[in-house]
Amino acid sequence: MPTLTYRDALNQALREEMRRDPRVFLMGEEVGVYQGAYKVSRGLLEEFGPMRVVDTPITELGFAGVGVGAAMAGLVPVIEFMTWNFALLALDQIVNSAAKLLYMSGGQVPIPIVFRGPGGAALQLGAQHSQSFESWYANVPGLKVVTPATPADAKGLLKSAIRDGNPVVFIEGEMLYNTKGEVPDGEHVVPLGVAEVKRAGTDVTLVAHAKMVTVALRAAEELAKDGVSAEVVDPRTIRPLDIATIAESVRKTNRCVVVEEGWPMCGVGAQVAYELQHACFDDLDAPVVRVTGADVPMPYNKQLEKLAKPDAAKVAAAARQVLYRS
Amino acid sequence: MATSRRPTRELQRAAAAVTDKALAGENPADMRRLLREMLLIRRFEERAGEQYALGKVGGFCHLYIGQEAVAVGSMAALKSGDLIFCSYREHGQALARGLSARAVMAELFGKATGCSSGKGGSMHLFDAEKGFLGGHAIVGGHIPLVAGSAFAIKYKGESGVAVGFFGEAAVNNGAFHEALNMAAVWKLPAIFVCENNRYGMGTALERASAIWDVAARACAYDMPAETVDGMEVLAVRDAVARAAQRGRDEKTPTLLEIRTYRFMGHSMSDPIHGHYRTKEEVENQKQRDPLATFRKRLEEARMLDAVQWQAMEADVNAEVEDAIRFAEESPDPDPAELFTHVTTG
Repeated sequence: MPTLTYRDALNQALREEMRRDPRVFLMGEEVGVYQGAYKVSRGLLEEFGPMRVVDTPITELGFAGVGVGAAMAGLVPVIEFMTWNFALLALDQIVNSAAKLLYMSGGQVPIPIVFRGPGGAALQLGAQHSQSFESWYANVPGLKVVTPATPADAKGLLKSAIRDGNPVVFIEGEMLYNTKGEVPDGEHVVPLGVAEVKRAGTDVTLVAHAKMVTVALRAAEELAKDGVSAEVVDPRTIRPLDIATIAESVRKTNRCVVVEEGWPMCGVGAQVAYELQHACFDDLDAPVVRVTGADVPMPYNKQLEKLAKPDAAKVAAAARQVLYRS
Repeated sequence: MATSRRPTRELQRAAAAVTDKALAGENPADMRRLLREMLLIRRFEERAGEQYALGKVGGFCHLYIGQEAVAVGSMAALKSGDLIFCSYREHGQALARGLSARAVMAELFGKATGCSSGKGGSMHLFDAEKGFLGGHAIVGGHIPLVAGSAFAIKYKGESGVAVGFFGEAAVNNGAFHEALNMAAVWKLPAIFVCENNRYGMGTALERASAIWDVAARACAYDMPAETVDGMEVLAVRDAVARAAQRGRDEKTPTLLEIRTYRFMGHSMSDPIHGHYRTKEEVENQKQRDPLATFRKRLEEARMLDAVQWQAMEADVNAEVEDAIRFAEESPDPDPAELFTHVTTG
């Protein structure tokens, strides 16, 4: 199986879907001539031309709305946000237009559209460029929220998102673009709403999505040195959320830590913990513990930034806490 | 194109030449059809207001009385493949586009037989088969959708145009500028129809906008624009026809400022005069009632006689009465409909 970067896996998915379906087009800032701010769209303008790889002005609200309007008229837009921080300007179009039109038209107007781009913090980009919004979008009925952690998932989930027929918020990892992994050639489709066990274990379940999967896997390595067998479960999509697979793991391990890069208040982990106490209350030997980003705007200073982000040590410590080994 | 900072209180002078156009060459039956459509909207809205007062219509309800010539004139110039987007004051456009009075009234009543299956309401009327794509209730939010559907038309090599109706208060909104800019840069077949009824809710255009000629905004995007007398149905029809031709033939967008006036309050919770305009102003504007004006003109041109008018009134009244009865007798949506149409599949 070929090894690809996360970036090139996304590129492959876009290329294959654009070849498969002439209704699919890519639109966003710098996606064409510049080849993508993060080079995800490299070479697509050359293959598909300027009508299908469309450079936009810096107007997130406007071109997100153009995407929704194009979807209403029968196209399948992939709208790239240079980062999800900028998509806040487009929130009205995502929430008030894309997520609502099918419902308030009584089923007459489906919106097959993917909004995609990098989310989460990178390195020292400061408060306005270091945010995780998956819990915001996951709160909205009518949207699906996808957060791939690996190159293979990036490709397979993007292909599913494009084919889904609904508005999909597809949040990539800015720090993941250069990561490598095996990616199946050609038709590799990962269904939305199906979690994956990224590492099998027996003593504690670590639930993590997107970049936090890497952090959880590193924590699992650390814990293994202490003789603790951690299982890492990646929901892969936040909405729909595959609580069944997560609960199955927790029934086995009886302990759970939920990791996310976003803020704690009303976060993804809050939802997972709530669902788990319903699904397997009697199986839990300890309260679910959450590891989140610090409840502050992201600081610029390198040391402060490190303190603000979840890392393997924090996750391992949380695992020891639910194992009562701290 | 007028570009002065002239107060909108001196309305319509710029477009006066168009309004005096003779009816010569017009087909009398077509003219009577336009009159009937305006009359249908007027009677429908009067009765919708009554039904609101009776508690049959819920939520917000924004009546179109006074603005009928804009919807009717516009739709007369458009074709079946064209795509229509509206604001939340869209009962008139829906009826003029050919949605049945039954389907619209039933939607106002929230019934399963409504044009949006009772899930949209007064502000979210849809009929995808007729290219009627809403009913959008965030001011200005649907203007980018117009550009997007025009993009799709061009992408697919089709000959339609996308048409968006919005009020003059929307033109100070970023969505308006972002959409017009992209439509101009990409040469999209779009018509942006600003229905300038002079008040964004209770705020007069002069109090909210640095320039008072909406059409002048188009020069920022090197876009053709016209100021149109919105009380004259034929002036509207002809302006929209010119814009549609520009869209179809040249793939060029147009901004139309159609100057009209709302005879009722902003919504049902707003009295007709309110604090923001005088009774005299409203009464003065009613002298230019688009329905009465056009009827008089047809009578003078001997295209309409008293018998035809009475028959038309009786027919329209019966149609609206039937719509109310239909809405009243229709079932509410099944409770299971609560969870349908959130996502497909």
